[in-house]
Amino acid sequence: MAVDRFLTFIRVFLVTMIVVGVLAFIWQQIDADNVFARWRNPNARGLTGDQFKGLLISGLSQGSMYGLIALGYSMVYGVLGFINFAHGEVFMVGAMTGFIASDKFQANGMWEENFVLCLALIVLMAIFFSTFTAVVMERVAYRPLRNSPRLIPLITSIGVSFFVQNLVLGLFGPSSKSYPRLPEWLAKQRSILTFEIAGTRLMVLVVAAVSMAVLWYVVERTKTGRAMRAVAEDKEIASLMGIDVNRTIVTTFAVGGAMAGVGGILWGLMFRSVTHMTGFLPGVKAFTSAVVGGIGNMGGAMAGGISLGSAESIAPMLILEPLGVPGVSQLKDAVAFTVLVLVLLFKPSGLFGERLSSEDRA
Amino acid sequence: MNVRVAPTPSSILDQDWSKVLRWGLICGGALIAICLVGMPVEMDRRILIERYLSLGYLSVLFIPVLVGWVASTQVVLEGVEARKQGLFDLVTGFVVGAIGGGFLALLMVALDSWNLRDPLVNWSPKLFRFLTYENGMGFGAVAWIVTGAVLGLVGASFHIMPRVVRRVTTFVVFGLISLSILESVIDDLSEGFRLEWLDEFMFAKKGGLTLTSTIVIGAVIGVLSLVADGRMKAATERYRNLEGVERQKTSIVLFVVVAVLCIVLPMFLGKIVNELLANVGLFLLLALGLNIVVGLAGLLDLGYVAFFAVGGYTTAVLTSPNSPWFAPELHFGFALIFVVIFATITGLVIGAPVIRMRGDYLAIVTLGFGEIIRLLFMSDWLGPYFGGAQGVTNIPGVDLGFATVKGTDPRSVFYLVLFFCAIAIYVSWRLQASRLGRAWMAIREDEQVAEAMGINTVSSKLMAFVVGAVLASFSGAVLAAKVGSVFPTSFMILVSIIILVVVIVGGMGNIAGVMVGSFVLIGVLGGPKQPGLLQEFQNFKLLIYGLLLVFMMLKRPEGLVPSARRSRELHQEEFLQDAWLQGDKLDSDDEVSVSDGGGEEQ
Repeated sequence: MAVDRFLTFIRVFLVTMIVVGVLAFIWQQIDADNVFARWRNPNARGLTGDQFKGLLISGLSQGSMYGLIALGYSMVYGVLGFINFAHGEVFMVGAMTGFIASDKFQANGMWEENFVLCLALIVLMAIFFSTFTAVVMERVAYRPLRNSPRLIPLITSIGVSFFVQNLVLGLFGPSSKSYPRLPEWLAKQRSILTFEIAGTRLMVLVVAAVSMAVLWYVVERTKTGRAMRAVAEDKEIASLMGIDVNRTIVTTFAVGGAMAGVGGILWGLMFRSVTHMTGFLPGVKAFTSAVVGGIGNMGGAMAGGISLGSAESIAPMLILEPLGVPGVSQLKDAVAFTVLVLVLLFKPSGLFGERLSSEDRA
Repeated sequence: MNVRVAPTPSSILDQDWSKVLRWGLICGGALIAICLVGMPVEMDRRILIERYLSLGYLSVLFIPVLVGWVASTQVVLEGVEARKQGLFDLVTGFVVGAIGGGFLALLMVALDSWNLRDPLVNWSPKLFRFLTYENGMGFGAVAWIVTGAVLGLVGASFHIMPRVVRRVTTFVVFGLISLSILESVIDDLSEGFRLEWLDEFMFAKKGGLTLTSTIVIGAVIGVLSLVADGRMKAATERYRNLEGVERQKTSIVLFVVVAVLCIVLPMFLGKIVNELLANVGLFLLLALGLNIVVGLAGLLDLGYVAFFAVGGYTTAVLTSPNSPWFAPELHFGFALIFVVIFATITGLVIGAPVIRMRGDYLAIVTLGFGEIIRLLFMSDWLGPYFGGAQGVTNIPGVDLGFATVKGTDPRSVFYLVLFFCAIAIYVSWRLQASRLGRAWMAIREDEQVAEAMGINTVSSKLMAFVVGAVLASFSGAVLAAKVGSVFPTSFMILVSIIILVVVIVGGMGNIAGVMVGSFVLIGVLGGPKQPGLLQEFQNFKLLIYGLLLVFMMLKRPEGLVPSARRSRELHQEEFLQDAWLQGDKLDSDDEVSVSDGGGEEQ
């Protein structure tokens, strides 16, 4: 059919573009003044090894944050089979809580004096408020819609997202809020395995890895985790086996919320600026990561986040620049969305496979 | 079937206290949230009834009434007869309201003792003065607890009033509120019809109804509601039951009346109201398009704004002399042909990859496309062609030979929008009952079954995308001609979501519903950038849109003016349950499961 032919054309076109871009990039690295570069991108300078590593590190650290948020999308989708569009707002609430607390800590001097304690406190507070937001959302907006058609909870979650965004705007005002500076001993540049890495980014990577490990332990090794997996597989049978389905769903939301809270703090510490809109784009990108990794699949969500983060940070320089597109850094978000379309065109079940109950796979 | 009566409580204090406390907390939480979001202080400027009621106070006062009413509603289980409500429920409402008022009193104490202005921007002395009525804290605290309790009581008393009293009260209250909201329209109309005396009688100089006019108008509305009781319903019923030629005749008369009103009325209206109507029309056009995609075909398109942007940019590039790269300076009408072509292409290009996806993936991917298109228009890459962040300016108005439609003359814009809306309404109406429209509805209800019935789902879905895209691009074209410039910031995702709210609140899949939705929401609250009748809501409308969307999805997913078929789909389980409860009656009376689908209350 015409549509199929068109889709094939799109697939071929996109792949060709990517291949040509990469080849042009390689050629440009070898010889910056080659024929293709003179035609498309005469000012090409190419990337030095350090620049490339820098891009990779920033992609990885940003990607691990996407991964943390994506876990929430993936788990909720696995259990309830709908996209919790408002999950980005849970993340924003975490970042906002972190700002308010750290701002107060800085005002009374504790931030410089005892940074580690402050960090622990703000992480705990962010986890608390994010979890609280997620659980309230579930109770008020999603539970009554448990058995309605699939699009109804999605539309509801769009409304919830809008509401939370604007409630935060109303309460805390539209100004962009900046986190206090990190202490020098943490933020300074380090060199690990020839990678120059800022302390903040290193912290993000470490914290993300630790959270992921904790989550993995909870889901794979504890009774609660087993209940969650059972509910994701089949709610009715799980309840016949004596699992409290409602409570397990609340736990799922709570765990996802906690991860988003950690992600929010990391985001705030790294980019140091939070507004009420902070949750939107990372939210959509985190969903993209969840799809890339295969929705319902937790390891996949983390891997998807890291791949999306790296793609978003490297692809503009690697593919678009050699093709002669100016101002590539503006197209970062467009690249992320293109990745989503690409994955859904080529492998709708994600790179690592979906894990959904049979009724949701339709 | 044996019918049991719900147990009557032994005394008025035999309340379900945990429930009362819960509702009290909800009431208090809502009140505090409203105060801290800054609604009361900011909306205190808008006066509804001179010296007695401002929109700010109304925004706080309606909460206890509403919560009191909800809290004292009886939950009647299926097969159990409701008990008679009385003093018992009044006590519930009273306590709930008092708890809410108590929270406000606590807020007042907190406002007085701490300064939390740093994170909470609305923690201000102004709020304190508002809450205390400038009469000191002791007075304020007692006053709020008492007011809360009384209002809760009023809310609860709605359950025990006789029907007539309830009806009259609701009519009077809502009538008065809508009249004072419509103040600027009435101002404008009375000027147009040389009825300044009416305006002077009704409204005070500084805005708001005067006390005398409130009483007089209230009385008039009350009497009218008594007189009209049941007649409106009877009239619509009669119209519905008309058959054949007679129905056709009545329909034609109705149509002519509406058309004449639409054409004549704007001549008597001033700039502000015409501008408002033009905005409503623009969004109505968008909403009608989205109604085809979401309401009829059931494809949740969150990137609908992309087509709006394509329409706007195509018109801008083709008609403006300032277009940065290619400026043929075509006439608007000629440009419109290209608008349709480009919208169709965009609809196909966006539609083709997404139509095979699951419904929820489709939503997110279209959202992505909406963002991609905006980012591309804004980027340096396409900047040389579309002006980047500076946009395209100096778009000429529409030269019709005898008149020019441009933004400075909102009346002409309204007529242009009216023309396009008429086309859109006609197209949607004809499509609904057509082969294609029925195919869309079948796909919405069950795609696999539709395919099995021989419907080509792929091309039907693509058609929905294309028709929606063309309607949205018309709206974009008119917007470009009206404003005279297009910028990427006019095409945020926000627009898509607001249109979605309009369609859902009005009633998915129903043309009349979509019209009601755009008039009520865009007209009163305003669009993403356009102010509505209540300009004071400017900072809060998105909050209200979000809340409305959640509320509608939870309580009435079929919308204010539902389409019968859609609401039957959404409440399928309840219908089945009802049918099951009716038991063997089902065989003799097969209407049970489908009758009055439209008016089903939850």
